[in-house]
Amino acid sequence: MNSSANQNLNQITPSELPSDLFIPPNALEICLETFTGPLDLLWYLIKKQNIDILDLEIAKITDQYIEYIDLMESLNFELAAEYLVMAATLAEIKSKMLLPPIENDDETEEDPRVALIERLKQYKIFKEAAGNISSMPLVNDDFYVASAGRPKVQKIQKVINFDAYKLAQMMQEVLERPKLKDSHKIDFEELSTQERIEFIFSILSKKNLLGFYKTLRHSEGKIGVVVSFLAALELAKNGYVDLIQNESREIYIKSKIIGDQVG
Amino acid sequence: MIKLDKSLINTIEAFLLTAGRPLTVSEIRDLLNEKEESIKLGKIRQTLGEIEERHRNTSLCLSEVASGFRLQVKDELSESLSSLWSEKTRLSRSLMETLAIIAYRQPVTRGDIEDIRGVQVSTKIIRNLLDKNWIKISGHRDTPGRPATYVTTKTFLDDLNLTRISDLPELPDIEQEDQTIINTDQAQTG
Repeated sequence: MNSSANQNLNQITPSELPSDLFIPPNALEICLETFTGPLDLLWYLIKKQNIDILDLEIAKITDQYIEYIDLMESLNFELAAEYLVMAATLAEIKSKMLLPPIENDDETEEDPRVALIERLKQYKIFKEAAGNISSMPLVNDDFYVASAGRPKVQKIQKVINFDAYKLAQMMQEVLERPKLKDSHKIDFEELSTQERIEFIFSILSKKNLLGFYKTLRHSEGKIGVVVSFLAALELAKNGYVDLIQNESREIYIKSKIIGDQVG
Repeated sequence: MIKLDKSLINTIEAFLLTAGRPLTVSEIRDLLNEKEESIKLGKIRQTLGEIEERHRNTSLCLSEVASGFRLQVKDELSESLSSLWSEKTRLSRSLMETLAIIAYRQPVTRGDIEDIRGVQVSTKIIRNLLDKNWIKISGHRDTPGRPATYVTTKTFLDDLNLTRISDLPELPDIEQEDQTIINTDQAQTG
């Protein structure tokens, strides 16, 4: 079997189909189409010959490769450019092999097949790895994931209490809504009345009577006066202090709390 | 409600059956905690163990894959089921070669794949793999043209029933394989 297969390979002439394929030309088209690229085709040819790729007989392989290319072209295949590049590469290696090695002391000439054999080996690794992955169990082909339909969820229906009056009320609400759109700018409050109140309190905790001017800082200007005044009014309104003004026009803030405690 | 063990088992099993994808332990915890008080991860793992146990005599089994836990039909039933689906997934050899290179050499660019395969990688194949959610773009390589780099996804592992990428068979060592190939070939022909 083995030897006859090899003989058949050797007898192939470019004009006829490889006789070891035993497949009708129509099927051959499909067969040839399954090569994933020039390296795959090359690997197929090497395997057919049953040789170690390290002993690659370039002349023989090149001839066979070109035969296949011709065959594929005669069957009106649209060959990928890479197939032709590979044919050229093979032809180049073949021609290099035919030349006598150049005697050169500086560098030993590399076997022109080395690069190609390396590529073939690399390709071979992933060709096999691809086969390994293909043979692994695949979801929905070899095993199945269990799933169940979702149960019907009982939606809690909320009964809305509704009447014409509420509708009118809502309408009114909607009509009033645009007014709320007016933007309201909030400026950063540089001087806070609240802080000033606390400030006044802290002084009043030490002494009973405080001159209004003592709550002011010159650098705060008019706004400082206003804030202090508001703070004083706020305190007076809430009954914490009395505001006293005598003929000197100076306003005094008199604490009622401390006075109470003292009294 | 979830305090009862039986109820917890059923609730988690219902999650697994209706999620439509594998669920991790922490995902299950988050789902449970949305409703009730906090449940520890250990408790969930323990419950998953009980789910595994209770299915000893049913058609299902609990399986852990890359994206988490899921319930599967037991392997021994697969054959009976295969007639439900008339068509098996057909994956071309070109596609599988491309996928294998991405899986073992990730992250890779199209150029890397083409270097190994010796032929242009069609956009169709990459599209197909992306559509299956088996690969994704992980970034761009800092070389001229900034080509996209591809990696495999968790879905790829899920679909192969694997938990991690190292579960894939080891890359063939072809220095040794060369000999065995020849031997097997001779065995076949002889």
